Amino acid sequence: MDDEQNNIRLPVLLKYLAAGVAGLAVWWSVYRSLASVAAWFAYSLCGLAKGTHLGATVEFFVFESPEVLMLLALVVFGVGIVRSFFTPERTRRILSGKSEAAGNILAALLGIVTPFCSCSAVPLFIGFVTTGVPLGVTFSFLVSSPMVNEVALVLLFGLFGWKVAAIYLGTGLAIAILSGWVIGRLRMERYVEDWVFQAQVGDAGPEAELDWPARVRLGIDSVRDIVGRVWLYVLIGIGVGAGIHGYVPENFMASIMGKGAWWSVPLAVLIGVPMYSNVAGIIPIVQALLGKGAALGTVLAFMMAVIALSLPEAIILLKVLKPRLLAVFFGVVALGIMAVGYLFNAIM
Amino acid sequence: MKKIQILGTGCPKCKTLLANAKVAVQALGVEAQFEKVDKIADIMKFGVMVTPALVVDGVVKSAGKVLSSNDIKKYLR
Repeated sequence: MDDEQNNIRLPVLLKYLAAGVAGLAVWWSVYRSLASVAAWFAYSLCGLAKGTHLGATVEFFVFESPEVLMLLALVVFGVGIVRSFFTPERTRRILSGKSEAAGNILAALLGIVTPFCSCSAVPLFIGFVTTGVPLGVTFSFLVSSPMVNEVALVLLFGLFGWKVAAIYLGTGLAIAILSGWVIGRLRMERYVEDWVFQAQVGDAGPEAELDWPARVRLGIDSVRDIVGRVWLYVLIGIGVGAGIHGYVPENFMASIMGKGAWWSVPLAVLIGVPMYSNVAGIIPIVQALLGKGAALGTVLAFMMAVIALSLPEAIILLKVLKPRLLAVFFGVVALGIMAVGYLFNAIM
Repeated sequence: MKKIQILGTGCPKCKTLLANAKVAVQALGVEAQFEKVDKIADIMKFGVMVTPALVVDGVVKSAGKVLSSNDIKKYLR
């Protein structure tokens, strides 16, 4: 019975694998030629002179836009498939009844791969805390899920190399683990709104297993959904980045966002926390700031503050958290982000 | 007579799911009664943690996804 099923499935899987490899090869060759196409477009086709502000701006924009969008499409597709293996329901079952320290680590890791949008924060929070996931572990998940963003990770990798990407991944996980652990230690259960623990949570029953065609479809759907939603922000972000790249003088940012300005890290976090922007839009700006002498720690702190915490999320969470717990949550995470900023300004 | 419930707190995705479900019902020509469940406490009773969710005759069919009308048809037969 099992053998028979495998015999039918294998050719399908092979077909998908072959299509995947071919697609990746095409993707790679286009991706590799972007730099030369952009230079040709700016300096030959448009006839702009090398070394001018306009020339640099146009080349930056024409190179970065397709580069970022192509990276984005590839990553979102891959993550869409990975996520088809992890549902919030499965994550909840894994985390339920876990002890604190190990639970915080596991929750932070699962936060990366579990599909979840901030509009589901409230039902997810209730689902977790009412079924035996400790409060601190739940927060580790809530922090890591937006903070360690797969789109950010790959854009950082593509634009700055693996070191910056690894720093982002490592520190993002550390903040999620530690802030969840701190909230757990503070024993703040009584600052969860009372109705949360009285909510009756039903059992959704077993989930249907997906086959490969369905997983690929999910990947394509998420590309269409996410790229369709963010492409404009990406272009605006790259446009702003291109302007900074071409017109703002070298080292202009060094005085404002450089290592010497100690107050720049808390200021970057303070500005970033209420802001709500898509990761894909913020990273081109980050890149341009870095190129003009802003310190890596400061810029990283700004980026993390923008994507991990936001005003709309705070308002949504007020339904289930009393103001004091919400303030502690935002405070602990913001402090963690500042620590990361100072750490990297000190060692890089 | 099918009972179709759409679980969600009023985000755009829930509205799309409701519209897709109506299209599916019309295409199949089945009789169905629609209900929007938008109170969090009521949503939690279904054990659903991510919205929007589709419930047919009291059984959760999908959660966290905007199903196309073609996908929904499978759950209505």
